[in-house]
Amino acid sequence: MNNKSVVPELYEPERYEFYAGPFYRFELLKPDRRAFFKALGCGIVVVCVLRDARAFQESGRRRLGEQLPQEISAWLHIGENGRVTAYTGKVEVGQNIRTSLTQAVAEELRVAPGRIELVMGDTERTPFDMGTFGSRTTPTMSPQLRRASAAGRDLLIGLAAQAWKVDRAELVAADGKITDPKTRRAIEYGQLLKGRQLAQTIPAEDPLEPATKWTVMGKRLAKVDGEEFVTGKHRYASDITLPGMLYGKIVRPASFGATLASFDAQAAQAMPGVTVVRDGDFAGVTAPGSYLAARAAAAVKAEWKSTPQPSSKDLFEYLKQNPVEAKGWEGHSRHETGSVEKGLAAADHRLQQTYTVAYIAHAPLEPRAAVAEWKDGKLTVWTGTQRPFAVRSELAEAFHIPEDHVRVQMPDTGSAYGGKHTGEAAVEAARLARAAGKPVKVVWTREEEFTWAYFRPAGVIEITSGVRNDGTVTAWEFHNYNSGAAAIGTPYDIANQRTEFHPVKSPLRQGSYRALAATANHFARESHMDELAAAVKMDPLAFRFKNLKDARLRAVFEAAADKFGWGKAKSEAGHGFGLGGGVEKGGYVATCAEVGVEGGKVRIARVVTAFDCGAVVNPDGLRNQIEGANIMGIGGALFEAMEFENGRILNGRFSRYRVPRQSDVPKIDVVLVDRRDLPSAGAGETPIVGLAPAVGNAIFNATGKRLRSLPMAPNGLKV
Amino acid sequence: MPKINELQVNGIRHTVSAEAEESLLGVLREQLDLTGTKYGCGEGQCGACTVLVDGLPRRSCITTVGAAAGKRITTIEGVAANGRLHPVQQAFLESGAMQCAYCTSGMILTAYAFLKSHAEPREAEIARFMEGNICRCGTYPRIVTAIGRASRMMKEARR
Repeated sequence: MNNKSVVPELYEPERYEFYAGPFYRFELLKPDRRAFFKALGCGIVVVCVLRDARAFQESGRRRLGEQLPQEISAWLHIGENGRVTAYTGKVEVGQNIRTSLTQAVAEELRVAPGRIELVMGDTERTPFDMGTFGSRTTPTMSPQLRRASAAGRDLLIGLAAQAWKVDRAELVAADGKITDPKTRRAIEYGQLLKGRQLAQTIPAEDPLEPATKWTVMGKRLAKVDGEEFVTGKHRYASDITLPGMLYGKIVRPASFGATLASFDAQAAQAMPGVTVVRDGDFAGVTAPGSYLAARAAAAVKAEWKSTPQPSSKDLFEYLKQNPVEAKGWEGHSRHETGSVEKGLAAADHRLQQTYTVAYIAHAPLEPRAAVAEWKDGKLTVWTGTQRPFAVRSELAEAFHIPEDHVRVQMPDTGSAYGGKHTGEAAVEAARLARAAGKPVKVVWTREEEFTWAYFRPAGVIEITSGVRNDGTVTAWEFHNYNSGAAAIGTPYDIANQRTEFHPVKSPLRQGSYRALAATANHFARESHMDELAAAVKMDPLAFRFKNLKDARLRAVFEAAADKFGWGKAKSEAGHGFGLGGGVEKGGYVATCAEVGVEGGKVRIARVVTAFDCGAVVNPDGLRNQIEGANIMGIGGALFEAMEFENGRILNGRFSRYRVPRQSDVPKIDVVLVDRRDLPSAGAGETPIVGLAPAVGNAIFNATGKRLRSLPMAPNGLKV
Repeated sequence: MPKINELQVNGIRHTVSAEAEESLLGVLREQLDLTGTKYGCGEGQCGACTVLVDGLPRRSCITTVGAAAGKRITTIEGVAANGRLHPVQQAFLESGAMQCAYCTSGMILTAYAFLKSHAEPREAEIARFMEGNICRCGTYPRIVTAIGRASRMMKEARR
């Protein structure tokens, strides 16, 4: 982390990868800067000018403090052929926003989804966007595209009113046509636009269709380009090929932070078609095929100078003993109300517990990949990243060229989960392409992805609390070491609180992961609440309600408990019930779990998750996210953990790092609490946070054994 | 080292130039531009690279071209016949059995092979057969639903 003193409000402390220095420092020279602009064809172009400062930072402006030629946040093009193209810097990584944003455009523009194309995450064609993270697409990008679409619709109605010399209020836009219900005249959008070039600017405050009137949003729409995927036609970044393209392979250091002590590439260089590149501590090869590239890289004799580093065995001690200053985060990291000491004095029971979470890997099924091509000093890269504009900056910095000499395109990518905020493969491919004089593809192996990407931060969480015999929690002190500050505050109404996030000098490269530290903080808090409920012999749900006023959170707890049969269902022998829930990123979640522990094996039998993210945009897409979040969450809850020693990862492959499979999947019921009266929040992340505490609490209920470390049962459970 | 000069993929004989020990996956993707078959782990653990070799599901990342030469290879590009989606493909779409869809090719080919020998499978049988295919997005229940749906569509078509 470098020493930025100003931290944008939208960034959370644990997004370490946003502030990390460059992955490589090359010794190349800087050429000149050149400006750019471009025109669009016939039809309507809608430019969205934002007035909202918060949204400004996220979309429509480049890095803070840097000027853009226009502050455009989203745009839309309606062509003479009636085709609609919407442009957004957000990217598709499986959360199905290509589909939900298509619904947004279809809703306001009144055209069939099939006539809409979304151009996403292309730094040359889409407006600037900070990145696809923080569950921001639905609350921010969707309204922007809807505003642009509504403005386009208004313009089209105006054109028809003018042509027919009627009052615009009499006309209706529907199904890609403007219709006059009185005369039954109708004209297609494309017809209205023949030979015209119209630009429309819209204010941010335009009224949108209320969710109660939605006709396309709020309903299931299947993945818009699903056929491309089931036929294998879709080209992920790792599938892109260019004429004359070579395959690159990086010669990896022996351990994290190792420097090149000696380098002998003679044998590799002698292989036909092989180019060896060395630049500082970066070394790699290119070859006409990946098989030869791998052989050439293996033939390079490199000696690395390593330094001693902590291991996973001593991890939690290390985290407690290696604090760093929270530069820029002070305001975010500490919070205090009332007096914890007084609250503890007023309690009948006091409890102090420590919870830990391990480093885990995102392990996106498509590893990092990039294809890079240099032409006339300009660089074009296709890569799977959640932040194409940030990768553009990374590349510009690495190669000492202006950002307008770099184009980053992001094909819909084989998942990310917060793990692809950076552009390592892009930088590597570009460096190799520069040396080879031809386009180069770099696809990380699974081991590389497990080793050289960044990890979800490990952490230690300490909670001290007090509770009265009637179930009132009187004191709550919460310290999170390293794992992060997301959802660190409790939603329960506790008069005396102290919460603090303590940044630590991480032994591994760490960064964002789906829901950030909300998973760890919810695990600790909801486990601890369960312990307090047990201390005062109260039902865990009744205990939460005793301390909870938030109506939306109460509602999801009620909905989940109802569907689960909480308090009614009888558990089988060896089975237990547990629950957990909370609020994060505008989403309210409650999860109930039934877990069986038999013969040392932990098996999650049943999960019910109730979720409220405001007005539901695509119920089937949302269910898919909630089911997927629960299943992904099983890994971190029960068995995923990185093992490392002295700067090396010990279990960096699927045969050594277990991820959830079919046999781990419980019966999952999802209850959607559709609040049409409220704005839609994002939903890709928050549903994951309830699972681990619900499972841990169910294990306690089944066995009387309290598990306070994630993963809870990497090698089963001895009872 | 022995060279492989020909592969029979999706009913077509293709000329290739590969060492016998090269992975089938690499040759399919790089020499034949059949990129629907995906790399996921390189050790046969995730199933993203599944293709059919003489009708049986095989991990193309740990299958050498030498072992596949002379056999009938089917990739995801060869599953839809005459531009019409196979019922398994159709069922995956209808069930929304994907998120990022990177695992989908391998899932579909594994399911395709499974349904040849299990015309009316129970859900538990489907889940057991699909154990070797990883979906990091966690669409597993939908994949089981999709395969069940495909089996019913195929049964209907046989009538």
